[in-house]
Formats: sequence, C-alpha cells, structure tokens
Amino acid sequence: MRSLVLAIALFLFWLALSGHYTPFLLTIGLLCVALTVFVASRMLIVDDEGQPMELLLAAPAYWAWLYVEIAKSAVTVTRIILDPSLPISPTFTRVRASQKTTAGLATYANSITLTPGTITTGVENDILTVHAIIREGADDLEAGGMDKRVRQFEGDA
Amino acid sequence: MEIIADAISWVLIALGSFFLVSGAIGLIRMPDVYTRMHAASVIDTLGAMLLILGLIFQAGFTLLTLKLLFVIALLFFFGPVASHALAQAALHAGIEPILAEDRRAREVPAAQPPEPPGEHKGAPSA
Amino acid sequence: MFVLATAAVLLALLLAVVRAIRGPTVFDRVLAGNTVGTLAILLLASIGFLTGRPEFLDIGLTYGLLNLIGTFAVLKFFRHGDLAYDVDDDKEGKAWK
Repeated sequence: MRSLVLAIALFLFWLALSGHYTPFLLTIGLLCVALTVFVASRMLIVDDEGQPMELLLAAPAYWAWLYVEIAKSAVTVTRIILDPSLPISPTFTRVRASQKTTAGLATYANSITLTPGTITTGVENDILTVHAIIREGADDLEAGGMDKRVRQFEGDA
Repeated sequence: MEIIADAISWVLIALGSFFLVSGAIGLIRMPDVYTRMHAASVIDTLGAMLLILGLIFQAGFTLLTLKLLFVIALLFFFGPVASHALAQAALHAGIEPILAEDRRAREVPAAQPPEPPGEHKGAPSA
Repeated sequence: MFVLATAAVLLALLLAVVRAIRGPTVFDRVLAGNTVGTLAILLLASIGFLTGRPEFLDIGLTYGLLNLIGTFAVLKFFRHGDLAYDVDDDKEGKAWK
C-alpha cells in the first residue's frame, strides 16, 4: 500500500518534470519508478517514518498555518536586522516535544528551524535544544503553541 | 485580468527582493554564526517564497508553475535539514554562541496530560 | 520586474560572498555557501524568465539537490575529519576544534 502510494507520487513527479508524453519516455519513467520503489523497499525506508502518507491529507492546512507563522517571524527578524542598534538577545533553551511518532517529531523540529528566529540544534529523545535570536522567540516556544499545533496535525491524520 | 496578475506579481517580487537583500545584510551584520543562520533563514523562507510566488503569477497555470512549486518544496524540506546539521556541527566543534541568556540547564516541564476530547483552548464552553 | 528580481538576487549574492570571504570560522563559510546555493536557484529562475527560457528552472532544481549534498559533505568532513566515519567513534571524535 505504502509502496503503491510512493510509486504514484514518483510517477506524478516524473510527469510534472518531463513535460513530454511520448510512449517511449513514459515507459522509461515507469521503469525508473519501479527501480526506485524496489531500491527503497530493499533499504527498508518505505515505512511510517520514511514515507508518512497518513500525514498527506492534513498537510495543506498545516503548511498554510506554518507559512503564516514563517511570514510573521521573518518580518520580526527583518526588523531586527534593519534596526541600527541590532537589538538581539540570543537565547538557548530546551523544550519538550510531545509528538508520538518520529515523523511528527521531525515535523516539529523542522518547523522550528524553518521559522526564522529559532533553530533546533539538537534532539535528545523528546527534548529539543533550541537557539532563538531574541528572548521572546524562546518564550513563545516554551509556551508550546507550535507543539500543540503539530500534535493536532499529527492527530488529524 | 492580465493587469491584475501583473500588479500582484510586481508586489510579490518587490517584497521578495526586499527580504532577500535584508537577509543578506543580516548575514553581514550579525555577530556570530548562530545569529547569522537566523538571517540566512529569512532568505531561505520568506524571500525565496515571495519571489517564486511572484514568478508563478507570471507563469500562469502551466507545468512551469508546478516546477516553481517544486523549487519551494525543495527549499522548505531541505533548508531546515541543512541548518540543523550546520548548527549541530558548529556546536560539536566547540564554537561558543554569544548568548544573552542560557536556559539550557532549565527544568523542562513534564508532558502535559492530553486535553479531554472536544474541548479546545480558547473556545468558550457551552 | 525580472530585472529588479535579478538585481536583488545579485546584490544578496555579493553580500553572501563577502561573508564567505570574511567569515571567521569554517561554519560561517559553509553557511554563506549554502545561502549562495539558494540564491543561485532564485537567480536561475529569474534569469530564465528574464530571457524567456524557463528551462533554466530544471537546472535550478538540480542545483538545489546538489547544494544540499555538498553542504552535508563539507559539514561531515569538518565534523568527523572523514566522510565515512564510524558512529562508534563519534563519542571521542572531537579531534577537530
């Protein structure tokens, strides 16, 4: 089932990138997809961590929310950069990730890194070490709003 | 219709260019490698996204749009991975960050019990 | 308008290269190199539109994938001093500082 979804996704990717739809190229595409899926399943990476298809349906809503967060914090960081006095207060902190799956944990850690102003520097079990450019960024993460949103995203799936 | 799309893409490209340049200025101004990474992530996320969205409005609905979306997806999936690896490698090499406050030793509160179903934060209870 | 985008990307590229030249530690240079990679994708995209040859986007996508691998290779090399390190050696692998 997972392999099938992976194969379909890969073939759609091929179609989108190629733009030429002759029988020869389509055959080559199918062969490539088959080879990739075969190699991936040999490497045992077609599992709920390597290919979390359950999250696919909930993803667009989460991405939309994440884009808004990114835009907000990017504007904040840009303000700091362009401020002549450079009002930074770099802070290291540790926060707890309450996600149940590894894919959820990776989503949370990457979302933190993706948001300008905060970077995940380490993961130990369910504790993330985070570097924030201003104190408020660390405070926001400690309050756990994003953690809750990712858990909800994970739960929706 | 054409004019509206043009206007939107003008605004998006101008904004994207602004964020690109200010992110690059941050790359120069920030004092150490960790804070510079924050500036670089402005380029990788908002600057790149706005610029590419502007280009999408120019491309219309063709295969080109899809390819531009792939570029965004590429940046958004691989950007944080590279940043994370970079920060971890810098810490591993013993480069001390300039810090205003270090809360690495703080007690992390235990995981909160899951909220009862059907009850959301902020929603007035009926 | 594509001229504006291209000019902005070029200006940002210039600043990133300045950081790559000045950067006190190797990680500053890697960071600058990574940023140059991102900007190169955007430059390829906007030049493609500027010259009416959007095929450049394919090159941009490839460039992005290679950029990621390149960044990892350099980081791994400077972290472990070796591209094919053993995980067990990682504990005492602080030889490079």
